Amino acid sequence: MNNEQNVEKALDCFLLAGKIMMESGAETYRVEDTMLRMARSQNIEAQSYVTPTGIILSVGKNQMKISSITSRITDLHKIAKVNNVSRKLTVQIITLDEAYEELKKIEKTNSFLPLHIQILAASIASSSFLVLSKGYGSDMPAAFVAGGIGYLVATLIQEMTKVKFFSEFLAALVIGLVASMAVHLGLGTEMDKIIVGGVMPLVPGLLITNAVRDLMAGHFTAGIAKGAEAFLTAFAIGSGIALSVSF
Amino acid sequence: MELILQVLFSFLFTACFGVIFNAPIKAIPYCGFVGAVGWIIYYMLMSINITEVQASFLGAFAVALLAQIFARRFKMPMIIFNVSGIIALVPGGIAYNTMRNIVELDYNMGMQNGMRVLMISGAIAMGLVFAEVMVQLVLRMFKTGRTSMQSFARAKRK
Repeated sequence: MNNEQNVEKALDCFLLAGKIMMESGAETYRVEDTMLRMARSQNIEAQSYVTPTGIILSVGKNQMKISSITSRITDLHKIAKVNNVSRKLTVQIITLDEAYEELKKIEKTNSFLPLHIQILAASIASSSFLVLSKGYGSDMPAAFVAGGIGYLVATLIQEMTKVKFFSEFLAALVIGLVASMAVHLGLGTEMDKIIVGGVMPLVPGLLITNAVRDLMAGHFTAGIAKGAEAFLTAFAIGSGIALSVSF
Repeated sequence: MELILQVLFSFLFTACFGVIFNAPIKAIPYCGFVGAVGWIIYYMLMSINITEVQASFLGAFAVALLAQIFARRFKMPMIIFNVSGIIALVPGGIAYNTMRNIVELDYNMGMQNGMRVLMISGAIAMGLVFAEVMVQLVLRMFKTGRTSMQSFARAKRK
């Protein structure tokens, strides 16, 4: 077999694995580790440079590729699947070609549960947050509705416009309006708690933690970039709520 | 009674985030369990007047330990259990409050809340990393039958 071609295919394969993982919200060190481990199992020397907006991977003596990453969501199922493929490749259950085919399939499939179940989950999460933050039980229905509508708006606008800042801003605006309406109609008492519960599925608490974690692991570029994203998200949500409350 | 309610709802909260983050369906109940344990530790520590930063650290530590166990058991990456497990601890609500204070031009309150966010998220990240490192050291010790420091030094020499 032509060695040059083989290395090129390997490069594509490793880069695809890294790209899928990064787009699904894996930690930076895990992405690097997975790619290098896959390379080592094929006896290929590799170097990688991973940031949240792009991956640079070089293999062998003179081959290198860049993959830019434009969207980042949290999709744990995809991470688990890619992890599975890389594990199978490293213990040589599957060949490089099979792994590449599987990765391509993983990239195309959408394994998310249907939207209405996600919305239900967001609603339940929002209302159960009231208990965790010691709010009134009577506010739970309002938080349920606010969380669900907020998540729906965020998802739909995100699909339509692809601008994350805008979709989060609008979702926060809607949550604020629902909460203040509920308080006006006497369906809720503490507006602040309802709002915090409602925005819970959107807030970037996880991003902040991941950013700090990346910084600790020495991935400073990734940490700063994720921190900036978290800041922007929090800013969008905060200003959306502030606008809705000022009405 | 209050405690049971907290356990129940933190389980529900975490499991719902498991759905939103699209964890494998098989793993979702375990995600909920991890989250509930982390939250209850945080809650109990807070109720005996330990600061929120320390309580978050210990909660995250417990989450990471449990996540390690489940990850090994189900052969799934640890991040699945970690991510949903710490979601009840992460300061999303405070982060939102920070930004709201700032856009309402209440900079003093905003700075104060912002520092809280930074400290708490730092504590959580530290808890996760420490637990991970510790598990690795302990496992290595079991493998070599030495104390962790000895095997650590030996592994470094290699």
